[in-house]
Amino acid sequence: MVSKYSQISVHLILLLGGLLMMAPIWIIFASSTHDSFTIATKGLQFGLGDDFSNNYQSVLFERGGFSKEITYLRLLWNSLIMAFGIATLTVITSLLAAYTIVYFKIKLAKSFFWLIFITLLVPLEVRIFPSYAIVSELNLTNTYAGLILPLLASSIATFFFSQFYKTIPEELLEAAKIDGVNSWEFFIDFLIPLSKTMIIAIFIFMFIYGYNQYLWPILVTSSEDYWTVIMGMKIIYMRTSVGSLSYIILSIIPPILVVIFLQRWFVKGLLYSGK
Amino acid sequence: MKKVQFNSKLAPYLFIAPQLVIILVFLYWPIYQTFTDAFTAQDPFGFSKTFVWFDNFELVLTDPAYLRSFKFTLIYIFVITLVTGSLGLLLAVQANSVIHGKSAYKTLLIWPYAIAPAVVGVTANYFFSERLGLLYSFFNDLWGFNWMENVSDAYIYVMIAGSWKQISANFIFFLAGLQNIEKSVIEASLIDCKSSIRRFWTLTFPLLMPTTFFLIIINITYAFFETLGIIDTTTIGAPSGETKTLVYKAYIDGFRGLDLGSAGAQSIIMMIIVLVITIFQFRFIERKVHYN
Repeated sequence: MVSKYSQISVHLILLLGGLLMMAPIWIIFASSTHDSFTIATKGLQFGLGDDFSNNYQSVLFERGGFSKEITYLRLLWNSLIMAFGIATLTVITSLLAAYTIVYFKIKLAKSFFWLIFITLLVPLEVRIFPSYAIVSELNLTNTYAGLILPLLASSIATFFFSQFYKTIPEELLEAAKIDGVNSWEFFIDFLIPLSKTMIIAIFIFMFIYGYNQYLWPILVTSSEDYWTVIMGMKIIYMRTSVGSLSYIILSIIPPILVVIFLQRWFVKGLLYSGK
Repeated sequence: MKKVQFNSKLAPYLFIAPQLVIILVFLYWPIYQTFTDAFTAQDPFGFSKTFVWFDNFELVLTDPAYLRSFKFTLIYIFVITLVTGSLGLLLAVQANSVIHGKSAYKTLLIWPYAIAPAVVGVTANYFFSERLGLLYSFFNDLWGFNWMENVSDAYIYVMIAGSWKQISANFIFFLAGLQNIEKSVIEASLIDCKSSIRRFWTLTFPLLMPTTFFLIIINITYAFFETLGIIDTTTIGAPSGETKTLVYKAYIDGFRGLDLGSAGAQSIIMMIIVLVITIFQFRFIERKVHYN
């Protein structure tokens, strides 16, 4: 059915697309293995150099920042706490909120629905200064809570979970009710296992979202102890070019690993939500 | 909402409480604050506030710099949505029909999705720096490219930087959409229509409409909000403010300029824009979309 000729063009387009995606990062990586002098005089490099371990060791272990006490590993630790915190707490709070909205008969259901979904209109970027003012009023600047909590005020995950719950047949709850299952048991034993794929997809989504935050950490952390990898990029390692090149490569490894290893779940979760 | 539901009294309130409390404190309180800022003027020392009606809005909307930034944002959103949407669709269609190496290609095209906008910006910086930049010298040889002085060159710079990783996002969603189309529909069409290009435009593309519209919204939100990290690490608005997106301008005015009244008014204008997009999505798109 599919001609050989068309398969060749398919491969060609895909290879070109792959090249477009790979080439910039490859050039940054290749350049990060040269010494500063080469980069400064000859520009970015396509081939590998000899200074890989030198350059990466200095980014990983050298102390930087204003206090000269911050290492890359510290920033990475903060970024991972922020990303895991945002992903885990978003999944938990959204699962529960969606469950309430879809499965319970309560008077305020409609108002809750609107209170929650209106948040889709107001991303953090739009309310950034008042959010900062409130976080500092609550004494949460330079804390993990301050980094994490304001980013949980979003209902995109609640929206996806409630869309998914609506596709679950009514008979499931009827049968469970006949068996005398209470609402907490129904949630834990029936809904959570059924939503597994969706949970993993949202987790990946929110992990990357959290890890990649830039503006919020800049505003809310004045102490270097809470700096994250992405915001630290502009501040700490811009001094030397090879340092910054190696920093770029190191900074993209965690989220890329997450996407590559969990992509099967990611795409499966999207298949549910696409409908 | 289900027909069969639980009737518990206390449980639902406990379940919804965590999200509701977070939203009230970190969303509704800031929004309230934004409105207070937008309608008041603060003296430079922050001692007193006066209610000034729409003065802040008037100042913002009559500022030529704001209108420039408005224009740029619209163009930016349009170009990014169009470029990344069509490239993502093209690649997804190929990846869906390739026989050998499907998963390798998929991995190759998906991973840039994970890279932070700010990192994309820093990376783009290397390719567009006057001293080191490969693309800078390439374009410079062609037509004297210089983004620090020429507005359209600066546009090209931030558009390339802004589009790159978003191609992956479009690819992922389009591929998921294509895999969602029932095999039997495709097989039936193979008998009816020999031309694969015609088959695509008359059958596959209409069936992809829900995905397409979903992606349009995703791309608009991305170009509008998430590109802040890109602008802040590439042109910073160069040549002279022409490449500031509305979000970036509000941030600079509020943070560097400490003009909270203006930043508040700008935030409310942005909320209205998002509201219009959302209404458009629900009213217009939901009706026109061809669901399978």
